[in-house]
Amino acid sequence: MLHFIDKNIIVTTLDKIVNWGRSNSLWPLTFGLACCAIEMMAAGASHLDFDRFGVLFRASPRQADLIIVAGTVTYKMAPILKRIYEQMGEPKYVIAMGSCACTGGVFNTYSTVQGVDQFLPVDVYVPGCPPRPEALMYGVLKLKEKIIKEQKRWGSWR
Amino acid sequence: MGKLEIEKLSDSNFILQMGPHHPATHGVLRLFCEFEGERVIKITPDIGYLHRGIEKLSETKTYPVAMTLTDRLDYISSMINNIGYCLAVERLLNIEPPPRAKFIRTVVSELTRLSSHLLWLATHALDIGAMTVFLYAFREREQILQFFEKICGARLTVSYPRIGGVRFDINSFVLDEIYKFMDTMLNRIDEYETLLTENRIWIARTKNIGVISAAEAVSLGLTGPALRASGVYYDVRKHMPYDAYNEVEFEVPLGENGDTYDRYLCRIREMRQSVFIVKQCIEKMPKGEIITDKAIDIDISPERKRLFVAEDSLWSGFIAFLDEKRELIPKGEIYSAVEAPKGELGFYIVSDGGGKPYRMRIRAPSFIHISAIPKLCEGHFLADVIAIIGTLDIVMGEADR
Repeated sequence: MLHFIDKNIIVTTLDKIVNWGRSNSLWPLTFGLACCAIEMMAAGASHLDFDRFGVLFRASPRQADLIIVAGTVTYKMAPILKRIYEQMGEPKYVIAMGSCACTGGVFNTYSTVQGVDQFLPVDVYVPGCPPRPEALMYGVLKLKEKIIKEQKRWGSWR
Repeated sequence: MGKLEIEKLSDSNFILQMGPHHPATHGVLRLFCEFEGERVIKITPDIGYLHRGIEKLSETKTYPVAMTLTDRLDYISSMINNIGYCLAVERLLNIEPPPRAKFIRTVVSELTRLSSHLLWLATHALDIGAMTVFLYAFREREQILQFFEKICGARLTVSYPRIGGVRFDINSFVLDEIYKFMDTMLNRIDEYETLLTENRIWIARTKNIGVISAAEAVSLGLTGPALRASGVYYDVRKHMPYDAYNEVEFEVPLGENGDTYDRYLCRIREMRQSVFIVKQCIEKMPKGEIITDKAIDIDISPERKRLFVAEDSLWSGFIAFLDEKRELIPKGEIYSAVEAPKGELGFYIVSDGGGKPYRMRIRAPSFIHISAIPKLCEGHFLADVIAIIGTLDIVMGEADR
């Protein structure tokens, strides 16, 4: 009984620390597909500095915690996107940036995937065509809120 | 001591797949690279990862609505895409925008050229390893995008020009701001040059890399700065003037060697010319209408709308573009080109008299420039392949459509 209580006390306290750490160093993958990638670059560049949120763009999926799907996903690109998502280490999060990644947008055609949530678990949707860099920042802040509320998503309890 | 025998390492070549997800491919371009040692012997580009069916989709949209799709072609210079499309439809309809609209279009297209070249400079320098240029170039690019916001309310996908004019008038104080910014812009371009033009690393990475002769460039169909760096004098703004380009004075910068360094210099000089064009246009800006009476638009005034509404239509707001029986747009076909930052952007439209394009074919410069990659990369190192992709200024949205 005592052993059980100990475990729980440690878990709840550690949850806070782990979530604090995770939410303040979200490293997204530079995964630019289309128009939204330009706004993603603008968000990371000098005028609207993304680094101040602890968001540093990484080029390798092995080093990334977050994938921002910025742009239209076609049927030719979808398997590659899925593989890159699988290459990322846990915990991993997905932001669907722009109308195309959320729902397919204006491109309701034979070659376009109608929303990236058909094959990836999307955490935050950022609408817009393309969304402003500020909108992307708001999306990342929303993801931070989500991470802070997470429980037991580490170690053997995952 | 006997002779030193050196064994041949291997007969087979090394094959590397680069992309489609790679931070330096400027979009979702895939390259099959075949190496002999460290030298490239063959490169095969694989495209189609961003094929969204824009050409087919535009056949289902009316003429004014199809313009929103041209924004997403070359998303870095959406204003020029819009203007290119509007010019093609205007030539089909045989209408002409009023003088003020022409000058406004010239101002915004040159601002777009500036922002597009800034993005090219930023990413090209970042690929080669100069991070500072990226931050400097984005500083000015944000300011240009803010001008677009002041003009039309959008940053990237603007849809600002209309068939027969432009949507909004530009306030005089915004014009003054742009004029003032152009002076700072000239200083900023000098600043970029101090970082790169005489930089030893930059010269080592770009001189004699990706050399293409004038004859080869013409036969491959290159246009824009990629062609002019080889010394060929061809600019749509000079040879087939549209909008207000025949009323302003500017030079067309030419290169000599046709290498990556010359293409860089060409674009930098072109940015200076763009600044001069914008200043001249603002000085000469005439007053008056911004859209012609014959314009077709989704948000036209009721008087004009009556022309396009079927008399017996129950819903008067429903424009009779969708009526296939009436000949709204003259039958025929048209090819019209504009000088986009990447090269000659052409729209070939076939009209069957209905309210929608029967066929819209886009001559995208990026698509043609990709076909030059195998030729340019021959015999270079892998690191130079990155420089060559950057120098051609490829946007996959336009290449795959």
